Amino acid sequence: MGENTIVWEVFIQSKNGLAHKHVGNVHATDKVMALENARDLYTRRNEGSCIWVVKAKDIVSSESEDSEAFFDPSNDKIYRHPTFYNMPDGAKHI
Amino acid sequence: MSDKIFQEKIDAEKKIEPKDWMPEGYRRHLVRQISQHAHSEIIGMQPEGNWITRAPSLRAKMILLAKVQDEAGHGLYLYSACETLGVTRDELIQQLHDGNAKYSSIFNYPALSWADMGAIGWLVDGAAIVNQVSLQRTSYGPYSRGMIKICKEESFHQRQGYEIMAEMAKGTPEQKEMAQDALNRFWWPSIMMFGPQDSDSPRTGNAMKWKIKRQTNDELRQSFIDKTVPQAEVIGLTIPDPELKWNEKRGHYDFGEMDWEEFWNVVNGHGPCNKQRLAHHKRAHDNGKWVRNASQAYAQKQEKILKS
Ligand SMILES: [Fe+2]
Ligand SMILES: [Fe+2]
Repeated sequence: MGENTIVWEVFIQSKNGLAHKHVGNVHATDKVMALENARDLYTRRNEGSCIWVVKAKDIVSSESEDSEAFFDPSNDKIYRHPTFYNMPDGAKHI
Repeated sequence: MSDKIFQEKIDAEKKIEPKDWMPEGYRRHLVRQISQHAHSEIIGMQPEGNWITRAPSLRAKMILLAKVQDEAGHGLYLYSACETLGVTRDELIQQLHDGNAKYSSIFNYPALSWADMGAIGWLVDGAAIVNQVSLQRTSYGPYSRGMIKICKEESFHQRQGYEIMAEMAKGTPEQKEMAQDALNRFWWPSIMMFGPQDSDSPRTGNAMKWKIKRQTNDELRQSFIDKTVPQAEVIGLTIPDPELKWNEKRGHYDFGEMDWEEFWNVVNGHGPCNKQRLAHHKRAHDNGKWVRNASQAYAQKQEKILKS
């Protein structure tokens, strides 16, 4: 668009029942234009059944530099995974 | 220290994301390469756009429209990827208009006949695909994702061009001659799209070390030639290179010397259409200014109404 228009991040639900997935962004001055630009740019081949657009500046992201510390609380909790448990031989459907 | 961690990440085939630390040279190289790529997609719409109103059938017209629209999309994906490196779209467009950013020289050649739509799709998109398939594995995440999306869309571009060439090659003698003429004019510029030979390509070093580029210019060029020569044979056209010959030992085609003087001439602004392409882009951009202003004014007004 130019003249530093607003950047909108685009999320597309490819099929009813699936989660919206980030696909990229568009420039637009308002939300209707953002949706229409996203449609024209990201769904030219029936890639979508629903589109979300979110102003990029409203997205809060964790920092990749401290991702280790940030995700640390889950590192040592292997008992959250089913493979942690010993199942008796012969037990089925569990 | 950061440099070392960065290189370890690259060596481990990990992608670099916008918020990750990166050497300034890496960022600069990416901005230059991605913006050049984006500008190429956008300027590349001109030679083909030129033929939309004169397409020989409704089918041909719809296909060409869809293709040119895809190229606009590719430009936008790439501008987005480039913006993640901290440069704005306005700056990128400005660099193009100032002549500080380049685009692929191939688009400085005119599209003289309908057969050129065939040659461009087959050869120019074909060469672009070879390059882009390789770049899907580039180390910068947003660039890599853009390439993956672009490659999915490119496959019809080359096919529609080859179809045009095949049809014309089996048409009237005049049509076949047009197809051969288009091939004659676009062959050498197409294989020069891969850039200078590795022996005189000073930037390849870091680009390979940083895995921005995954294959050298010469490797990519060879792979394009190997794919394309048999395709020309299938439709009965002759590639305008008397030295072109299968080399059993290398397992590749040998080919003749490229005219690098012409290449640099066109890169440096003296090709047949350099001025026209840039002037057209500037004009379109300037003529669209009132639309951008109006949409901004409209958005501000809507916001005021919402708040009151
Ligand atoms: Fe493209
Ligand atoms: Fe294309």
